[in-house]
Amino acid sequence: MKFAGLLVLPAGFFLTLTALVLFADPARRAAFIACSLAIEALGLAVTVRGHMPQRKAGRL
Amino acid sequence: MNATVPAMSETLLALVFVLLLIAPLAVAGVALINTGLGRSRSAAQALLGNLAMVAVAAVFFAVIGATIAGNLSGTGFSFYAAGKPWNWLGAGSLFLHGMGSATPQAQLELLFEFLAVSMVVLIPWGSGADRWRLAGGCAAAAVVAGVLFPLFAHWIWGGGWLGQLGANFGLGAGFLDVGGAAAVHLFGGLSALVLLWIVGPRSGKFPKEGLSTAMPGHHAVAVLFGCLLALIGWTAWNAAGAILWLHAPLTALPETAINTLLSASAALAATFAVTRARFGKPDASLCANGWLAGLVTSSACAALAPAIGAIFAGAVAGLFTPLLVELLELALSVDDPSGAITVHGAAGLWGLLMAGLFAPKPGQFMAQLVGIAALLGLALPLLYLFFALLNRVVEFRADADGERLGMDLYELGGSAYPEFVIHRDDSYR
Repeated sequence: MKFAGLLVLPAGFFLTLTALVLFADPARRAAFIACSLAIEALGLAVTVRGHMPQRKAGRL
Repeated sequence: MNATVPAMSETLLALVFVLLLIAPLAVAGVALINTGLGRSRSAAQALLGNLAMVAVAAVFFAVIGATIAGNLSGTGFSFYAAGKPWNWLGAGSLFLHGMGSATPQAQLELLFEFLAVSMVVLIPWGSGADRWRLAGGCAAAAVVAGVLFPLFAHWIWGGGWLGQLGANFGLGAGFLDVGGAAAVHLFGGLSALVLLWIVGPRSGKFPKEGLSTAMPGHHAVAVLFGCLLALIGWTAWNAAGAILWLHAPLTALPETAINTLLSASAALAATFAVTRARFGKPDASLCANGWLAGLVTSSACAALAPAIGAIFAGAVAGLFTPLLVELLELALSVDDPSGAITVHGAAGLWGLLMAGLFAPKPGQFMAQLVGIAALLGLALPLLYLFFALLNRVVEFRADADGERLGMDLYELGGSAYPEFVIHRDDSYR
């Protein structure tokens, strides 16, 4: 799961680049960038969650 | 930086040079804080690690990193998309070749980046206290200073695509990172998070049952003195950044310095109030974290915000710092002794948003969001990839005996405080 989250993060980055390239209209560009940030937040949450069981298993 | 930058007067150049000679006090302050928040049996290793990582980072940045950052040459590799140039990689010379013939401004920008890279590598070191080996820390510092940091430094400060968002896409003045809130603190906070995922918590930190074990820092005096040193360094750093990256006039510098102090002060007051309300008494180490979070927030917005804006930004940073530190430890099982993820990562991100809010040009907030998305989306996976690979070559974590003995005895063969009696840690039973 942690690697899935880490793969989602660059997807958000490339979506941001796509928004800059594709949309000249500020409103549409802003909406697209907001979506890409939301995707990155999701990826971060999945990565954080993916690392929690590993730590629990390693506890003494 | 690039051909469009107006030339600076000799007075301003001299002032920036003096400010950049004072700015390393911020690095010294963070080093003291890192050491004080660790345990006494790892104190010498912690402070030596700070020095060693700065040394390794400086050498690797000089040999490779400055080439990628590209400030000396002012050139870079670009491609064209949507009719716009995307400058994504600097094209300088290896080994700082040509430094003597570069413009004074380019040389000062390089000096600024040397300080920045010194700070970047220290941030995860505090998080890995009491279990991160010196060899692993130095290897990570080499990769960060040689490859990863310079890439983002070029994008932001070296005429790269983030800095050109204003010229190419009409987004304010481009991504603004005056004092290094993004390239230094957000990046450093992300590297601390990645490091903690890889090395895991200290032994005994999270027992099978019950709450996590409290492992307080061993030297509150060093931590709080580090905060005062950091204030001096940060004030100089923010002022130098304002001149270099915003081309601020001399008359704007007192306001930048005052805003730095106000942001830190408001953050400390807020953390003081929160910890007093939650625990009945103010917590020294969390208050230090709050102060530092205020300084990190000021890195982004001290040169852009009005005084009331700096107070607001600092106060919010001070409010969320103790809460996020607690959330990370208790809910997410992240053992971060120095609180770097919150203090540098979250506060840096908050400061960048505030910079977008207070900057005068329209579209600045969107430029800040693009910069944050670029760092979060690319820096975190890259850091994870490089740190995980490095961990296979140079094992990051000390073995169980090392942790039990303390990193001083384990790695250095002697203690920072030889008169102390080392007690057995109950958490190992």
